[in-house]
Amino acid sequence: MNRIEQRFRELAGQKALITYLTAGDPDLAATGRLVRAMERAGADLVELGLPFSDPVADGPVIQRASQRSLAKGTGVKAVMALAARLRSDGLACPLLFMTYYNPVLQYGLAEFARDAAAAGVDGLIIPDLPREEAGPLLDCCLVAGLLLIPLVAPTSIPGRLPVVLDGARGFVYCVTVTGVTGSARATDSLAEMSRAVREHSSLPVAFGFGIATPADAVTAARHADAVVVGSAFVRLVEEYPEPQALEEAVAAHTAVLKQALRRGV
Amino acid sequence: MSWPDARGYYGAYGGSFVPETLMAALAELTAAYGVNRRDARFRSEWEHYLNQYAGRPSPLYYAGGLSRHLGGGVKIYLKREDLNHTGSHKINNTLGQILLATRMGKTRVVAETGAGQHGVATATVAARFGLSCAVYMGEEDVARQSLNVFRMRLLGSEVVSVASGSRTLKDAMNEAMRDWVTNVRTTYYLIGSVAGPHPYPMMVRDFQSVIGREARRQILEQEGRLPGHVIACVGGGSNSMGIFHPFLADREVNLTGVEAGGLGLAGGLHAATLGAGRPGVLHGSYSYILQDRDGQVSPVHSISAGLDYPGVGPEHSYLKDAGRVDYVSVTDEEALAAFALLCRTEGIIPALESSHAVAHAIRLAPKLPSGSIVVVNLSGRGDKDVQVVAERMGVEI
Repeated sequence: MNRIEQRFRELAGQKALITYLTAGDPDLAATGRLVRAMERAGADLVELGLPFSDPVADGPVIQRASQRSLAKGTGVKAVMALAARLRSDGLACPLLFMTYYNPVLQYGLAEFARDAAAAGVDGLIIPDLPREEAGPLLDCCLVAGLLLIPLVAPTSIPGRLPVVLDGARGFVYCVTVTGVTGSARATDSLAEMSRAVREHSSLPVAFGFGIATPADAVTAARHADAVVVGSAFVRLVEEYPEPQALEEAVAAHTAVLKQALRRGV
Repeated sequence: MSWPDARGYYGAYGGSFVPETLMAALAELTAAYGVNRRDARFRSEWEHYLNQYAGRPSPLYYAGGLSRHLGGGVKIYLKREDLNHTGSHKINNTLGQILLATRMGKTRVVAETGAGQHGVATATVAARFGLSCAVYMGEEDVARQSLNVFRMRLLGSEVVSVASGSRTLKDAMNEAMRDWVTNVRTTYYLIGSVAGPHPYPMMVRDFQSVIGREARRQILEQEGRLPGHVIACVGGGSNSMGIFHPFLADREVNLTGVEAGGLGLAGGLHAATLGAGRPGVLHGSYSYILQDRDGQVSPVHSISAGLDYPGVGPEHSYLKDAGRVDYVSVTDEEALAAFALLCRTEGIIPALESSHAVAHAIRLAPKLPSGSIVVVNLSGRGDKDVQVVAERMGVEI
């Protein structure tokens, strides 16, 4: 069983916290420390952004992080190596890569899936790869034991759900805003979205885009099995230039999010 | 030639690589375009505005001054898209798409622009048809095309300066897509090139093909035979696709697309996507792009803001691989020389984009037998470029 499926089974209905960082921002060593800090502070799954030069689904915060990371020369192989190092150091939580299609395509679909899985990565999230174009990568993921996580948007409902969720595994990533990452608070009806998705799939439902604070997380979690917090962490990277202070801030924010989800208030 | 297929592919190229948020909107657009392209009233309304508003048909002009200057008996014809309303071929497409947008009930349009020609053409039709309009333009282009920025504002559009990435056309397109992702329910994304996700490459090609249909008819009227060569510049590739497409079945007509060679292909500072790139995914379609080993899109350079783009429409990639169109490049210097020569021999100030096509014609003419006919698509006029050219000449205006 894939680590993502395993983790949702272990959580047995508890709300999962999924956290995000752009790999290589401020640098890869720091990303490694921050991922470990997130896990210690209660993150259930971690997404690592593999930076791309033209991130059309991302808002200004993650765009800036991608540019900073690329300016440092972050490459795909180095991020794979970081994942492998985290695993050999004992990281237990599921790890996902979030990136765009072109870096995966240029690496080679089969090679990318094979090397990511070998590095201990469990899933991929690729916001510019709709289900209609995902066939070749899905085949490669299946061989490698990697999950390609489906994305559902408010505009997917109702017509596209059968297409998007066909054969899906892992969890369903619901984009709660019609917009880019880090948008203003989720405004579309979360209850309705959750209900519509559950009609087509029995997979855990994660809400993401526009979730920053514990209050956001709790509101979203009323209708979901997991929440994704991304830009809020990347913003901390911008705010805290000092490594120790950054690590503490990231751990603290992870902890308050997880506590809020546990209390469910 | 019945590309694209139902999935929006031209051979291996094309497709729809966009966020899930946009997939329903693309399906809606594909359906609306499918209905309207077969609707005689839609076509006649579009043609009415092309003729009465944009000034079509544009002349196919025998450039006697340039031809005599080059000697050797080669006859160079210019397809005068520079004479259209707003100064370029871009109006052909924006008129078509704005009519579609209004029929789809959209109240707002967004567009990306490089040189500003597509931005001005979009702002123009938005004003005429009463839609609100936001044009995204890279910071660097805002600076080098200030005249067009002012024109768009005069026309009532908002011009949004884009400071991310390379601050040129590519980043303007990223930002326009993000706007569309956010406002997809009310907003129509009016793409100006044969790039982007399906159905844009097909739709823009169809609207721009009016150029080639006219040119083919006009050369037959004037010369009684088809040209040996048709030449057009290629950035994203809309003016070239527009003039090439009606000639594709005429195998005896050589078609040549001219990319921006910038400072030269060897140094890496250019925008010759088909000449130096390899296939990848950018802005919604699989096509040639300029990229590094990791798939990061490369910085590009051209003196012409309209050609300063690391991607190209997927049908061009298909035509390159199929060998039906030759793609060559022309440097900044060669384009500037052609710009100057056309000014002096014809009294026509061409856009820097179109100057690339003229430069290739100048290079080609001496190699052709006397009596050869060469048609060059003069896609736009150069009023917008005089500042950049003056700077290069060290003249203050």
